[in-house]
Amino acid sequence: MAKHIGKQSMEFEKDISIISTASTVGTKEGEGPLREYFDVILTDNLFGQESWEKAESKIASDNLKLAINKAGLNPSDISYVVTGDLLNQCCGSTFGVRGLQIPFFGVFGACSTMGESMGLSSVLLESGGAKYVLCGASSHFASAEKQFRFPMDLGTQRTPTASWTVTGDGAAVLAIGNEHPYVRRITTGKIIDMGITDANNMGAAMAPAAADAIYQHLSDFGFKPDYYDVIATGDLGYVGQKLLIELLKEKGIDINKNHIDCGIEIFDRELQDTHCGGSGCACSAVTFAGMLYNKLRHKKINKLLFVPTGALMSPTSVQQGESIAGIAHCVGIEN
Amino acid sequence: MDYVKAFCVGGLICVLGQILIDKTKLTSARILVLFVVCGCILGGLGWYQKLVEFAGAGASVPLFGFGNTLARGVMKEIDKAGFLGVVTGGLKASAGGITAAIVSAFVMACIFNPKEK
Amino acid sequence: MGKEMTKEKYSNMVKKASPGSPIVTNCIKAFVVGGIICCIGQFIMNCCSVFGLSVEDSNTYTSIILVVLASLLTGLGLYSKLGNFAGAGSIVPITGFSNSVTAPAIEFKKEGFILGLGAKIFIVAGPVILYGVLTSIVVGIIYYFVS
Repeated sequence: MAKHIGKQSMEFEKDISIISTASTVGTKEGEGPLREYFDVILTDNLFGQESWEKAESKIASDNLKLAINKAGLNPSDISYVVTGDLLNQCCGSTFGVRGLQIPFFGVFGACSTMGESMGLSSVLLESGGAKYVLCGASSHFASAEKQFRFPMDLGTQRTPTASWTVTGDGAAVLAIGNEHPYVRRITTGKIIDMGITDANNMGAAMAPAAADAIYQHLSDFGFKPDYYDVIATGDLGYVGQKLLIELLKEKGIDINKNHIDCGIEIFDRELQDTHCGGSGCACSAVTFAGMLYNKLRHKKINKLLFVPTGALMSPTSVQQGESIAGIAHCVGIEN
Repeated sequence: MDYVKAFCVGGLICVLGQILIDKTKLTSARILVLFVVCGCILGGLGWYQKLVEFAGAGASVPLFGFGNTLARGVMKEIDKAGFLGVVTGGLKASAGGITAAIVSAFVMACIFNPKEK
Repeated sequence: MGKEMTKEKYSNMVKKASPGSPIVTNCIKAFVVGGIICCIGQFIMNCCSVFGLSVEDSNTYTSIILVVLASLLTGLGLYSKLGNFAGAGSIVPITGFSNSVTAPAIEFKKEGFILGLGAKIFIVAGPVILYGVLTSIVVGIIYYFVS
């Protein structure tokens, strides 16, 4: 059975193998630096649907099926699906999973959802109560803008600290097995709120949570930062990355050399006018399912600390002047 | 000459809005409200009309001008119809712009679908 | 975070790390685009006076024509591109008001003609009209008693 380690962490005894991943992204992501790693690149972000929300659900549905296919399985083989998204009441996932007829856990962790779903899926497998578990997360630029900011056609200027919500879905099939890479340990983050109220500066809202989770992970397991080849945070962007490195430096931890951020990797800031970087549930999900998983499989990375980060808020909470709370979950993945 | 005046005054009013956006992080909705309210007050004081006479469209096209129209409409209607004008004057004067905006928005919404940036 | 990291200290860190808006270039863009929109308005006004319309009627015609043009550009997906370039230059003129009416009307029509398009059409225009009219009533009351 899994062991509770330190304050917030869990170490798995069984070999929880990530047997397949799938990534589907929108057109803009498909023009970005990671394009060669994605399975499906859409040519139309409406995906033949009537609305952005329906498009997001279709992306999720198709991509989850793709992950199952790539594992050589059928939907009926999967014990549980654990997914989430940014839309109200997790509707992106609900209607994406609807057709699959697999027992469903809907989760919400804003942009940290992939870490939450992967962690919970591992716990399900470790418990022995599941055979194959499908985890994933999705987001859509247009549906997120519509819900959290402004209508698409409103002529507003994006601030330099604003990030660009990634359109897409990233999914992975987990099972007890002997195919590398394996999920070895998780650290579940606490909600950390440093009083940031600017909804156009999510990186700043999430950086303290990422710093706290990484610090906790390393101290719970007694690791040095260079234990991991790569520490990949979710969607801190350029501002958040700077803050994270500074915050950890104050605690005597230097991750400057092995830190990357999915939000920075996924777009070309100069060519694509994405300002601070990518964000959204799909940002860390597709970067993991695409590039990071590929590098793990080819042993270009052997030890990865995957730290999806989320900004917890709703349009209502922001309008009421509530600050934006951050969260981050660590998933330790090794070959 | 009236084009030069319109360009400079209209441009400067927009710069004022831009400074507000960049310095205070006000959303565009708040900028629009702020400008109409300020225009209405300046119009009520009779100051804004002087700028309109000087700069033409440079002063009437920015949303200050919309507020000014509201204020002037109220005052004109009061002169004509007495106290009732307080209630009827504003929207009467601005009816053209508002009706055009909602009707054309409805028509466009029927024709077009939202486009990703 | 640790005890030593306070919200105030972090807020200063964030300020230092966050790039500011390129305010000078933004202002130049806003100036040029806003100026051009006003010149188009001036052109329409001059045309109206050629037809012998009064100043007030010309003003109203100018507003209507600019509003319809901006609404069409919004429908074609061009106004948001202009807005991203020009910032306040395309928000502050009456065309920006028109854009703020048309954009939500188009975006929310999927939620139906009554509570979608019909209600959301006013998410920006509503407050503008409400606070504009409120102010005009205050102005009117003062004017009534002063004059």
